[in-house]
Amino acid sequence: MRKALLLAGLMSGISMVSVNSANAVEIEYWQYIYETRVNAMDQLIEKFEAANPDITVKQVNFPYADYQTRIVAANMAGKGPDVMQLFYGWLDKFVAGGLLQPLPQDAFPHDQIESAFFPIVTAMKRDGEYYGLPTAVRSLALFYNKKLFEENGLDPENPPQTLDELVAAGKAIAKFDDAGNMVTEGMTLDMAGQDHQWWREVLVRQFGGVPYEDDYRKVTYDSPEGTEALEFYTGLQMNEKIGQSGFMDEGQAAFRAGKAGMTIDGTFRLGSFSQIEDFDWAVTELPANADGMRSNYSSYFANGIGAKVEGEELEAAEKFLTYLTSPEAMGIWLDVVGELPARRAVALTDENTSNPIYGPFLKGLDYAHTTLFVDEAAQRQVAIDMVNRVILNGQSPADSIKEAAEEEQAIIDDAM
Amino acid sequence: MSLQAENTKGAAAGRPEGGGFADRFSMHTKRLVWVWTFLALPVLFYSVIRFYPTLDAFRLSLTDWNLMRPPKFIGFENYAKLFTDPDFWQVFKNTFAYLIFGTPISLVLSFTIAFFLDRVRFGHGLIRALYFMPFLTTAAAMAWVWRWFYQPAPIGVINDVLAALGLPQQPFLRSTTQALPSIMVTAIWAGLGFQIIIFMAGLRAIPTTFYEAARIDGLGEWAILRKITLPLLKPTTVFLVVLSSIGFLRIFDQVYNMTTNDPGGPLGTTKPLVLMIYQSAFSSYQMGYAAAQTVVLFLILLVISLLQLWILRDKS
Repeated sequence: MRKALLLAGLMSGISMVSVNSANAVEIEYWQYIYETRVNAMDQLIEKFEAANPDITVKQVNFPYADYQTRIVAANMAGKGPDVMQLFYGWLDKFVAGGLLQPLPQDAFPHDQIESAFFPIVTAMKRDGEYYGLPTAVRSLALFYNKKLFEENGLDPENPPQTLDELVAAGKAIAKFDDAGNMVTEGMTLDMAGQDHQWWREVLVRQFGGVPYEDDYRKVTYDSPEGTEALEFYTGLQMNEKIGQSGFMDEGQAAFRAGKAGMTIDGTFRLGSFSQIEDFDWAVTELPANADGMRSNYSSYFANGIGAKVEGEELEAAEKFLTYLTSPEAMGIWLDVVGELPARRAVALTDENTSNPIYGPFLKGLDYAHTTLFVDEAAQRQVAIDMVNRVILNGQSPADSIKEAAEEEQAIIDDAM
Repeated sequence: MSLQAENTKGAAAGRPEGGGFADRFSMHTKRLVWVWTFLALPVLFYSVIRFYPTLDAFRLSLTDWNLMRPPKFIGFENYAKLFTDPDFWQVFKNTFAYLIFGTPISLVLSFTIAFFLDRVRFGHGLIRALYFMPFLTTAAAMAWVWRWFYQPAPIGVINDVLAALGLPQQPFLRSTTQALPSIMVTAIWAGLGFQIIIFMAGLRAIPTTFYEAARIDGLGEWAILRKITLPLLKPTTVFLVVLSSIGFLRIFDQVYNMTTNDPGGPLGTTKPLVLMIYQSAFSSYQMGYAAAQTVVLFLILLVISLLQLWILRDKS
């Protein structure tokens, strides 16, 4: 008798679940924890659900360090996200691992993607199929402390435009105590921050080299030009003494504390720097070389659809992704997170391009390169070690860059 | 029906008739059944979460697996790669540096403190608590505080003190030679409280009559320490040596948190084996390679522990 009751209870429970699911589809959206991103997504989900009452979106967040592992593990268990955020640099791994499905062409026609988005979205294309689209893109710029500029006789309205001017400004700002210890940096030097991107995609090219060939499958910075770029970078600390790697622990910390005149960082830092109250700061394009040539590095987090999603969940996921990549969503993302819209038309409005903060980042997108990493952390480590060998061990830049190129090539070959 | 119900019935109802389940077994057997019933759960749990993964690591170490595609059997390739990898030998060297310097220094320090603390009457509890406090603190939080201590001049406490004394600044974590000792100091300090408590328990366990007899015989303090205290503390010492060695061989938290910008750096000079395993597994997703490293670590731990137990065995 009790068994029968229990069974009846279970049956009614199951039927209630199925009734509910007939009325509404629930899909899961995964992204890592970063306060402004989570807030922005909450707003987007609210608006999406209001427009699509039959779909509910559940946002799931994990710490950045665990994020990839969670996706991979969940996929193995068959419980992966319906729509997920992923760094463009993880794409090869995710496609090879069967974590993503190609975006359906009827909902996301290729010609429309290619005409509407910035060209860097092609980094999400493999074998003629797109596997994801971004809401926002990021680029680098030179942040500078207006107060320190003024105090050192520099014009805060005319920040450095060339590498020579950058060095001159840095020298004017850098200060040392009686014992020769640095107390204020002219410019932060932090390979673990964004400097490795600056070195690879900007300095190597500005000194006449090419960092990689064959779609980033062949390392080519081990060249006289690459060596010159490394000499320039390490020279900023060793000869010009405008900065010091490890000063105040991190470049961005030194800048926030008002102890650094300049720092190279990305759009994603805007949220954190906007909390600075002690001084005014501004942004300018990354400095050009003597010939006026500029370069930049751009990157993004894209949104893709899980490989195992099908049926009405797939339909809902498509709708949600369409909304995430819509002009409206990009506007909200810019306001809340500070990252630039991935659609040209939304990004390049007069209002945005003339904005003193967004402007330089947007200009940077025009001439930016997007490194195709196979293992971002390991490739970054190669660059960090390359500079450390010169600064800490006194190795010659030519030898150090040769070692770095071999190590990085091995990482790329291993992953292929 | 559960065994418990079966047994109750046996004890209460089964006895008069005789021949029930419970009566067929002796008291000893019944007790064994009970013991194993209770033990079954933890044993099962332990096997599933501890022994199975350990054994599975051996199997995985023979495969090429990135979590996403099914593992592919490649024989001993991972081991061959490991032993020709200069990074591995650097990491191997670092791990043994933590062990060889960390264990004796921490034991001598903690014994000395425990020895003198044992004689302190005034504020004994408070002092003991102060020493024990770091052991209760999260390793990550401690590591970040120490990381701040080691910073260069404008913010680093230690360098500020050095500067005030007119001494040159030290690079600490930014130096290929100073970084490992700097991290080791933190690790030693973090484990000190525990070792002191254990040593003090050991000291208190030595009967005072031994000391009284020694003093009557006219033995000096040094002789008492050498002939009575240290030999009688041997079980405690063995326990701490083994535990502390395992701790230093598995060091991770301090290194990872103090060098997050350049994990295990600069130039890999502070990277221990566990951090290398973590990076291979959860950053590069080379699970097979990481499993091979784990197996190597396991073997090192096993050999060192057995060796220590053998060297410090009770010869009597």
